This record gives sequence, structure tokens and C-alpha cells, in this order.
Amino acid sequence: MSAPALVESSVVERVLESALSRGGDFAEVFVEDRSTSSAMLDQRKVEELSSGRDRGAGIRVVVGETTGFAHTANLSEKGLLAAAQAAAAVAREGGGGVREIALSTLRDYPTTAAIEPGDVDKAKKIELLLHADDVARSEGSAITQVQVGLGDSTRRFLVANSEGVFASDHQVRTRFNVICVALGDTGMQTGYRPVAGTRGFEILTNEAVEEAARGAARQAITKLDARPAPSGDLPVVLAGGSGGILFHEACGHGLEADAVLKDASVYAGKVGELVASPLVTLVDDGTVRGEWGYLAIDDEGRPSARNVLIKDGVLTDYMWDYLRSQKEGRASSGNGRRQSYQHLPMVRMTNTYLLEGTSDADEIVAQTPYGVYVAQLGGGQVNTATGDFVFGMTSAFLIEDGKITTPLRDCNLIGNGPDILKKVDAVATDFSMTPGTCGKDGQSVPVGTGQATMRLTGVTIGGTAA
Amino acid sequence: MSELLEQALQILERAKGDEHIEVYVSSGTDTEVQAYQGEIEKLSTASSSGIGIRVLTNTPTGARVGSAWVGSLDENAIAETLEQARDNVRFASEDEFIAFATPDGVSSVPMELRTDEVATTPLDDKISWAIELERLVRSGDTRIRQVDSANYSDYDVAAAVASTNGVRATYARSGAHISVEAIASDGKSDQTGWGLSVARSPRDLDLAKASAEAIRRSTRRLGATKPASMKCTVVFDPRSAATLFSVLGSALSGESVVRGRSFFADRVGEEVAMAGFTLLDDPTDARHFAASQFDGEGLACRRNVLIENGVLKGFVYDTVAGRRAGTVSTGSAVRGGISGSPTAGCRALQAVPGEYSQKELLAKVGNGLYVESMSGVHSGVNPISGDFSVGVNGLMIRDGELAEPVREITVASTLQRMLLDILYVGSDVEWLPGASAGQSLAIANIAVSGT
Repeated sequence: MSAPALVESSVVERVLESALSRGGDFAEVFVEDRSTSSAMLDQRKVEELSSGRDRGAGIRVVVGETTGFAHTANLSEKGLLAAAQAAAAVAREGGGGVREIALSTLRDYPTTAAIEPGDVDKAKKIELLLHADDVARSEGSAITQVQVGLGDSTRRFLVANSEGVFASDHQVRTRFNVICVALGDTGMQTGYRPVAGTRGFEILTNEAVEEAARGAARQAITKLDARPAPSGDLPVVLAGGSGGILFHEACGHGLEADAVLKDASVYAGKVGELVASPLVTLVDDGTVRGEWGYLAIDDEGRPSARNVLIKDGVLTDYMWDYLRSQKEGRASSGNGRRQSYQHLPMVRMTNTYLLEGTSDADEIVAQTPYGVYVAQLGGGQVNTATGDFVFGMTSAFLIEDGKITTPLRDCNLIGNGPDILKKVDAVATDFSMTPGTCGKDGQSVPVGTGQATMRLTGVTIGGTAA
Repeated sequence: MSELLEQALQILERAKGDEHIEVYVSSGTDTEVQAYQGEIEKLSTASSSGIGIRVLTNTPTGARVGSAWVGSLDENAIAETLEQARDNVRFASEDEFIAFATPDGVSSVPMELRTDEVATTPLDDKISWAIELERLVRSGDTRIRQVDSANYSDYDVAAAVASTNGVRATYARSGAHISVEAIASDGKSDQTGWGLSVARSPRDLDLAKASAEAIRRSTRRLGATKPASMKCTVVFDPRSAATLFSVLGSALSGESVVRGRSFFADRVGEEVAMAGFTLLDDPTDARHFAASQFDGEGLACRRNVLIENGVLKGFVYDTVAGRRAGTVSTGSAVRGGISGSPTAGCRALQAVPGEYSQKELLAKVGNGLYVESMSGVHSGVNPISGDFSVGVNGLMIRDGELAEPVREITVASTLQRMLLDILYVGSDVEWLPGASAGQSLAIANIAVSGT
């Protein structure tokens, strides 16, 4: 069943016409209605349930190299027309004449959610939070604090532009996380596990919730025995899943066409060149149904796609949004995303992952005499112009004589994208993905990252031990 | 009375029976200009407003609270939001410490934090500054090969907080900001550097300073190499030091402390830092861009001394964290706009300046590492355990002077050790956007990881 359109098509047409009345080349209306809810359990107390609603429209007008943008929370025709005029103010020369916009039938994309968050009884959500708390505490008396969060968002949007795109999507995302604090002789350590998907409440099965709770608790307890991480250049084995963030940071951002076209990326002008180990095939794929970075269409109305960025070590393509693809006279790759109607779209990743290889995960460890095994990576960041990146190890161990041994205290890894890509010398078959939030120019969007267990011949570990 | 406060008061009138309501309402406009290759690349103008409502009901052993927000001041939306908040109350746990702020008799320090100039400055001027900023950087040094963004932005916002407990507060604030990122090249590799200038009025922005900073920071990193791992004294530049102070600020939040998530917990009265180190959270200092008359619960902001001459003096509290700790609010509730509920946090940190300029401080240090940008702070610093490990770019310090540039290294220690290992605090205070000001800060015994 489809909900009523956020704004009538005849109104959208008039708004687009108004946006182009001063002579713009391109106009777009993006109307969004987002409902969110969150609940947090801290030390077995439901702190506060919060519900939010954000509704409005962002209008952009492109004139030559210039983009004008305005947004409004007023979805009446009057409000939209005012925003259209504000956005059109960049078309300074004026006198574009009247361009008639006729939109075709709306292409409506259905949600991937089986159970809409809004249909779930709040009491049921709280039961789940308490259950996770019980499971986490049952892992051991060292667990002194448990924090469980549940958030969901239902985002309906409609996007129309002067080139005839007229589409709407209904994105439902659900996210659950458990943070545990364990207390030992050497102080406090934390553990963290998320469960998230572009899905409804159905992903929060008892099993999924229990696994997250146990995982977070065990991670915190294990780290109580952690000793300071080594300092310097060492071989690193990244466990399948969260290590994908390395590729998101190390090269994903540098393959976004906005950075490339400004020659602000180390990967600019390198299509067709060998930029990575032949074991590396990197894909950005918005079509992985239900994954955290899944999109039916991007925020410019373009269907998402599976885009191969690096194939067997050779750079094959960048990621594109409307604006950047126009400049190159090619099609968008479905990577135009924005945080909300209050933001302009730009090139963003969706689900970015390294295809699995042929090695055995255990063998990779066994064949590493000395190094660091990273079970979980935290956040990271990159300078696209230099390729330098850094990210946090939130669960790591020493590898000694081919065996995973002592847990290490939290610290950062640092490296350079082009460098690290060449240092991949083994990729296993145990592929998995992890949800994350990617921030760029002040906008946050949900992304997925993934890889199988793999080894890097040398990465700088920012520990304190000699 | 301000229109926003009036709007908030109207909602309070709808309180039913013994329910308590707190309303936070805000409204503002902002402008953003981005220049590229002498043209406007992006121009965005917007106004937005919204409201956050919290409803509290007392129970035999405490209270429950629920909240809801909406990005609109439309009457129907507000009514729906109030109903949502009411519904959410039913599911919250009873908690003896939950309460809304009660006026505490502390009066706010008068400050003028808003100017009409954001609104009255013609858009054409704002556009021309962004374009000029880019030009200054491009033409300032032949090694600058690209300026990938030159930005102007400003805001003019007003907010009000009111509650059925008698809180009545209004705020207004304006600000303008320019920033530019330069990419310098020596033909072999690239380096980047940011320059910025912040002011309450667009007229006070300093294009020359921002452009010179971007040029200096990007060009002097050219030819950077990765040094060998070592342990040495590290001098954090004012921006990096401000980031460090912000991290300390999160561990000094009463909220972290009462929840046992701060390495400072139970250490009040102890020597936690070098004897000459004093850290304050002082939103009443109008020089700080985060200065404010009122906190997120509508209580007057005040000057709070956190660490004085190396001794931990206390923490910042909002109402609830204060009650949990058996004390009262220090006027330090912060909230992340309409969608965030108040929590205890530092708003305007600053370290009391020491006697040395940066030049003198470098001379005192003699040899070490000068850090001028840090990355991975959100992933590499743990305010619970105090573990600290971040990626940095900077320059070596040799014989008291800045020497060759270095890159792709990390510096690591623990926050506990770093505070005790502070050698010198600079006199070169820079007022920056964000929750902390900063000045040069020398810290001994830091592990630097390179090759």
C-alpha cells in the first residue's frame, strides 16, 4: 500500500518551473518526511524515550558551475515557491523565460521493512532492551555497566527534477547497540556490538540481540587483561567485517568523484592503473538489500547500483552523483546522498566492501609469526588529498608464533591509502559486513563496510609499548 | 518578551494535572557560500525552527520523563509532539533523581552575543569574501596547486527555554566563519592545510589571517617524511590543544562521572595535573565563541573551575547529574539542538595562559615534535580508560626551532599521564569555534610511532 504523495505532482511541477524562472540549467525538489524514535536503557533504567519528526523540502538550482540551495519546513505551495525563488537567486543574470516541466508517473519504491517501527508496541521495545542487559550481565560479574540503545527511523522522500526524474522511496532503518563496561584491577574497559539494517523491527530477533549483548560483554571482559599495544610498523591481520572501514577510509573517500574532479584525491587520473594488490577487488554496492547502506534509489532519484571501483588491483571507476557525472558527460552511479532535506546531495558511499579471496582465515593467522590481530575496528578518518588515514582498534590482540595471544589496549592504526592497498597479501573467505556512520562535510549518512579476514604486510600501530 | 518565549509559555499552559513540561524552542537563519575557481560553487540560504518538549510526571519514588521534538513551529506539529512526549513518559523507568531545573537565583552575566550585522551584511559581500579568500590562497604561494574549498558561513539564531518549574530563558547568538583548505605540491607529493577565522560579526572576519594560515600549514608540510619511532616531548599547537581540552572536558562532565565513565571519578582534591595547570569552563567569558548567558535547561551559565594549579576541583553538572552526585547544577546543561535532551557538558573551556609565547616555549623544549593537526580523535581517545592514541601531522622541533615536517605518525600516552607530564602552557590563546579555546601546550614523555 502506498502512502499519499508528500506533495502533489502539479505543485512539484510549478515549483520546478519557478526554480528555473531566472534561467537555471537544472532544478530539483527533494521533499522528506522523517520520523525517528529512540530508547536508551542505562543501568537497567529506561532513561527516556524520544520521538522526532522532521519534514521539509530542499530545492536546488544549478546554473553553470554554481548551485543555489534553499530549504523550508513549509510544504505548502507558497512555502515551496518561496524556497524555489531563494535557491534561484544564484541565477543572477535572470531572464530564463518559462520552461515547462511535465513530470511523468511517480516511481514509488517500496520499503524493505517487514515490521514498521511505528507499529511496534513501545513496551515490546523496552522488553528487548532489558533482555540484552540480562544477557550481558550473565557473562560475568566484571560487567559493571550495560547500556543498550534502540533507534529507528522511517524516511519517506520524494525527489523530482527538471530532467523528468520523479520518484519516491520509503526507507526504514533499525539500529540496536550494546555497550558494556567491565571493571578489573587495571581499570575499566568497554565492549561494543551493533545490530543494524535497512529493515524494520524484524531484524531484532532474540538471537541477534543476545549475540550482540554477549559479544559486547565478552569484548569488555577480554580487554581487562589488555596490555599496551606495540608501537611501530607491524603485520596486521584484520578479522572479517569491521575491517572494511579501512577500505572505506583508505580509498573509498578518494574515489568519490567530487574529490577526484577537483584533483583533490590521490586517485585522480589513475583509472586503468594498478593501485592495489591484485588480491583487491573493491565494490560499492547500494543494492545489497537490507544492509545498513542499502538504497533502492539515491537521494537524487537514481536507482542504486553495484559499482566495481578496483578490480584485481586495477582502478576501474569512481563514484558519481548527478552534478559530477554531468560534468563528465556520463551517468550517475547512484551515489548522490544527503543527510536530510536541509542538505545538498554529494557523492557518498553506500555499502563498500572488498570481495572475498581464497585463503583460509585461520591459516592466515597461523602463517603470521608476529603481528597484530584486529578483531574490531572503530571509526576512522582520511585526508583524501594525501591519502593519509587513521582509525581506532577497539578489539585487538598480539599474534605470536602464528597464534592469537594477548589482548591489546585501544589505540589507533595509521597509514596511507595507496600504500596500504599494495600491502594486502592474503584475503580469506569469511566475508561479513558491519554498519557504520560516515561523516563528510558535516553530513552523516548510514553506510555498510565489509571484507573477509585479510593480512596487511605492515601498518603503523600507535601504541605505547616499545 | 521574545516571540519564542511566548510560544513556549503557550505550550506550558497545556500541562494537565500534575504533569510538568519543559519546552526548548529555537529559530534561526544561516547562509553558506562556497567558492571555487573564482565562482560561487554553492550558495545556500535557509531558515529553520523547531521545538523540543519534555514531559515529566512525579511518581511515589521519583519521576519519569519522556520527550519528543519536531522541526517546525506549526501548531498541529506542536500538538502532535506534545502528545508523543506524553506517551513516551509512560514507558520510562521511575528514577528518584529525574527532575527539571528549578530557578536557582543565580543571575546571568549580561553579554552581547548577537549582532544585526549577520542579517544586514549584503549577500554579495559574503559571496565576495569567499571568492577573495580563494584568490588570496591561490595567489599567495606558487606551490599552492589547488584550493578545493573556500567557504563563508554565518548564522543568526535565537532560542528560549521555559518550564512549569518557572524557568524562563532566552538566548540569541550570531556568528560568522570562513575556512579554506589549500593543497600544496612540490611536484612529488601533496600536503593540505586549513585556515580559518571566526567572529560574531561577518565584518570582523580576517581573510588575510585565514589565507596565510592555509598557505603556511600546507606548504611547510611539503616533503614530510615518516620518522623513526621515539619517545619525546610533544608541543601541541593551539588547535590541537583545544581538541585535547575538549576530550578532557568530556571526562570532566558530571554525567560521565556519576555513571562511572570517567577516569577523574573519585579524584577531587587530588593532584591530577602539572602544578601550573588550570582549566576552566567559562561560558561567561564573551571572548569565547561558545559563550552563553544560559545553559540548556535555562539556568544562568557560570564560571566553573575544573582543575586549579594541578588539583582536580570538580565537575560540571546539569540538574539530573547534580542530583545523582548529591550536589546541584553548575549551570552546565548542554543540548544538541531541539532533538537532544539536556546533559552535563563543558561549553567554553580554556586553560589559564602561561608565561611563554610559542617561540619561547619551543626554545624551552629544545627538541621534540610539534603537532599541528590530529586525526582519529573520536576513535583513539577513550575518556573512560584515559587511553590516548591519535594520528598527527607536524614538524620536528630541533634546537628550539621548528624543523623538518613529518607525517603518518601517531602519538600515544594516557590522558592521566599527559596531564601530569605537561611542561609548559603557552600564552598564545586562540579563540576557536567549538567547546574549547587553545594555546601551545608542551607535554613530555609521549610515544611517537613511526617506522
